[in-house]
Amino acid sequence: MNWQIALPEIVLALSGMAILLFGVLYRRDASVPCNMLTLGAFLVAAFLVLSTPDGSGYGDLFVVDAFSRFVKILILAGAALALMLSFDYNRHEGIARFEFPVLILFAVVGMMTMVSAANLMTLYLGLELQLISLYVVTAFNRTAIRSSEAALKYFVLGALASGLLLYGISLVYGFAGSTSFAALASALNAPGGASPGLVVGIVFVIAGLVFEVSAVPFHMWTPDVYEGAPTPVTVFIGTAPKVAGMALLLRTLSTPFGHLSLDWRLLIELVSLGSMILGALAAIGQTNFKRLMAYSAIGHMGYTLIGLAAGTEAGLRGALIYLVVYVFMNVGIFAGIIAMRRHGRVFEQISDLAGLARTDPALALAFAVFLFSMAGIPPLAGFFGKLYVFLAAVQAGMWTLAIIGVLTSVVGAYYYIRIVKVMFMDAPAPAIDQRPAMVSFVAAATGLFTVFFVLFSAPIVAAAQAAAQVLFG
Amino acid sequence: MNAAGFPVLSLVTWLPLVGGAIILSIRGDAEAVARNARWAALWTSLIVFGLSLVLWVKFNPSDPGFQFVENVPWMPEYGLTYHLGVDGISVLFVLLSTALTPICVLASWEIIKYQVREYMLAFLILETMMVGTFCSLDFIIFYMFFEGTLIPMYLIIGVWGGPRRIYSAFKFFLFTLAGSVLLLLAILAVWYQTGTMDIATLLHTKLPASMQIWLFLAFLASFAVKLPMWPVHTWLPDAHVEAPTAGSVMLAGVLLKFGGYGFLRFSVPLLPVASATLAPLMFALGVMAVIYTSFVALAQDDMKKLIAYSSVAHMGLVTIGTFTFNEQGLQGAMFQMLSHGVVSAALFLCVGVLYDRLHTHEIDRFGGLIDRMPFYALILMFFSLASVGLPGTSGFVGEILVMIGALQVNFWLALLGGTGMILSVGYMLYMYRRVIFGTIMHADLKNFLDLSPREVAVFAPLVVLTLWMGIYPASFTSFWAASIGQIVQNHQMAMLHGVHLAGMLPR
Repeated sequence: MNWQIALPEIVLALSGMAILLFGVLYRRDASVPCNMLTLGAFLVAAFLVLSTPDGSGYGDLFVVDAFSRFVKILILAGAALALMLSFDYNRHEGIARFEFPVLILFAVVGMMTMVSAANLMTLYLGLELQLISLYVVTAFNRTAIRSSEAALKYFVLGALASGLLLYGISLVYGFAGSTSFAALASALNAPGGASPGLVVGIVFVIAGLVFEVSAVPFHMWTPDVYEGAPTPVTVFIGTAPKVAGMALLLRTLSTPFGHLSLDWRLLIELVSLGSMILGALAAIGQTNFKRLMAYSAIGHMGYTLIGLAAGTEAGLRGALIYLVVYVFMNVGIFAGIIAMRRHGRVFEQISDLAGLARTDPALALAFAVFLFSMAGIPPLAGFFGKLYVFLAAVQAGMWTLAIIGVLTSVVGAYYYIRIVKVMFMDAPAPAIDQRPAMVSFVAAATGLFTVFFVLFSAPIVAAAQAAAQVLFG
Repeated sequence: MNAAGFPVLSLVTWLPLVGGAIILSIRGDAEAVARNARWAALWTSLIVFGLSLVLWVKFNPSDPGFQFVENVPWMPEYGLTYHLGVDGISVLFVLLSTALTPICVLASWEIIKYQVREYMLAFLILETMMVGTFCSLDFIIFYMFFEGTLIPMYLIIGVWGGPRRIYSAFKFFLFTLAGSVLLLLAILAVWYQTGTMDIATLLHTKLPASMQIWLFLAFLASFAVKLPMWPVHTWLPDAHVEAPTAGSVMLAGVLLKFGGYGFLRFSVPLLPVASATLAPLMFALGVMAVIYTSFVALAQDDMKKLIAYSSVAHMGLVTIGTFTFNEQGLQGAMFQMLSHGVVSAALFLCVGVLYDRLHTHEIDRFGGLIDRMPFYALILMFFSLASVGLPGTSGFVGEILVMIGALQVNFWLALLGGTGMILSVGYMLYMYRRVIFGTIMHADLKNFLDLSPREVAVFAPLVVLTLWMGIYPASFTSFWAASIGQIVQNHQMAMLHGVHLAGMLPR
């Protein structure tokens, strides 16, 4: 038995427990060393992910391939960046406890398990490990009522979605006789393999997974959770779980249910259309930056889903590239939001950023880069995400999705450039506080990534191509 | 290696960004930063202009193909290359962009008082994007430059513009973006259909006729907004009125040419069947633009708005000339664009001179300026007449060529298109009379000074260019004669081929 294929997850889980133990036994404030240890664990895990060979194990419950490797690296990068942003914020808000990095770490273990799932049960276990950790970190600022409220909403709706997912899994198991992806794929390939009951089961599974990526119609939790959660948690929720959820959706729909693509394709198309339209229109009226980012996230998930709806290798490649780009620009914007602090007080209204270009030109420039990138203006990274996704849609002849997609991106551009307008064209508000060094570092790194993606995109596209090939191999 | 012996196009394209990086690294107090930023921007743009003169000298006018070509694989597995080159159609637009940038920097020398560093940076980024748009021979790279102009222009209008600058900046951004995203879809469809994005290859590729119509409409959505054509021109007057002088100059001088360049480079050669089929629609839109916007211009009280509407009318002539598909018409369209690039830029600079002194461009706030500013009155007279198309100035050559081309297609087209020339005399001279002649009604005009040496330096090259283009147009037409000839020839071949094909197909 090749138990080594799960080595990154095992090492990460063990180091999580070790860090927890260390935090408890350490006499002084353990948050700083625990943060550092967690970052180190992520680094080690990333190294192990890259060095683990392909294969499947644990009775075909667990699989490692180019796809899982690609997504795991992305998850680790997103989680590490989010954790880096949390240092100063948590200390400032008085919630710098050593449990925080540990919970993030266990969420990451859950996500990595999800991504490697080759069985619906593995999928469910990974998902729950991730979600439970996320509920707790959402409520991490336990004295703030908004944080607790957000966590409660997240928990109730998340439990509902998990219920739907589990119900779908049981239906699939009942009608197809297996929960293993490989067995499902061969069972469904047989003529007459898809009974109506099975299709109903698949719809429930999709519903549960769509909740994960906060796409319409299971998006309701997103704005409240984004707004209420402590900002570093919002960063985290906005990046790694989205990547993991989307990867899960990609793998589940194209591997075990790939032969039924005619049955689920329309569903994904509708989800994608709904997300793009809602993301574009609902964000227009928002004044809270974090809430706006929630609607923007819904829209971006809609674009990513175009790649899945295309149902081709090019489509999956496009979706994966979109996720890479999205993670970096999203972290970048949130780095800016975390820097929004005046006289020690956090503020989140967009109007508070008025005239930032005069008071803090560097931060305003970074914001502008991320916002234009989110709007999909070349030559920034966001353009390439959209380029590859729309290319796949055009190749698959999905003109409705493509045309509505580009038009909603114009509507979306309106609210992104409105923020640029507030920062560059309005009369300056009082200056913001000195940025913490770590925040500046993250903003600069992600900003450089966004600007220069055009120069080094080739290897990333090639890796995404290799990852997409696995699911169609 | 190319004729210049070094990658001249890459240098011209990217050098402004190097200048931008230098400007970003300037440190010191606000005054020193502003001063150094101005000088750095001026020197960068002058060096770039000097480099671009290599194109003027070394360009071989008898070769209709692409010259100074640079071809580096970028993403080979998708057939994307970093492919630059210029032919007769694009080379003078590159020169126009590099020539107008230092003029813009000079024109903004004193009037821009805050955030000078960011302003100069925006102009240098804009220059990179403009030159790149005209040089790129890969459709995706073209789109990136084409669309990339939005970011600096949005900021230029929105940050340094007039009182309604925010509305105008949004309108500019969203109108252009909405057209461009449809262009992107069309580009992707072409990519999927042909498997290549290389423009030089695409020009010899035949696309199915049924697809051409849709592609043409998608191209039109983008180029019509940029040109701009009636009825999607409404962003232009707003953008011009609110933009700072130099922003208007760039907008009128170069950015509008993207539309005409797009038609000449992509729509006509790539989609010959659709172009021929939809030519009547284009003529109708062109005539509509000429007549309607000329009348609208007649009713304007704002100098910049008036010139903006006159731009729409002039661009209507470009549309008509492009879709005649004969040599005179296409040459006329090219000449008209180039001439408009110089003359309208100069007219906006003329308005800028007054704006610098009084901070308004309302026509009624002026009058009787001939007493105080005789030299300025002369300059404004010169460019107004050039815009009208006085023989001996550049405006005449373009209009007469377009008319000759249009006459070969249809008498009424030429007649209706020609009314623009008469109407333009009306609105330009009417404006001129109200601004320059009469008695001084407003006390604050009495202490106006005539043009300063800096302003003379701004206008002098434009006067020379306008006269040169008007008196000896051959030194410009020779650049594109071969390329235009090839477009016409290819179009006729494609039409012949199309007719044969249509005859062979069963009903």
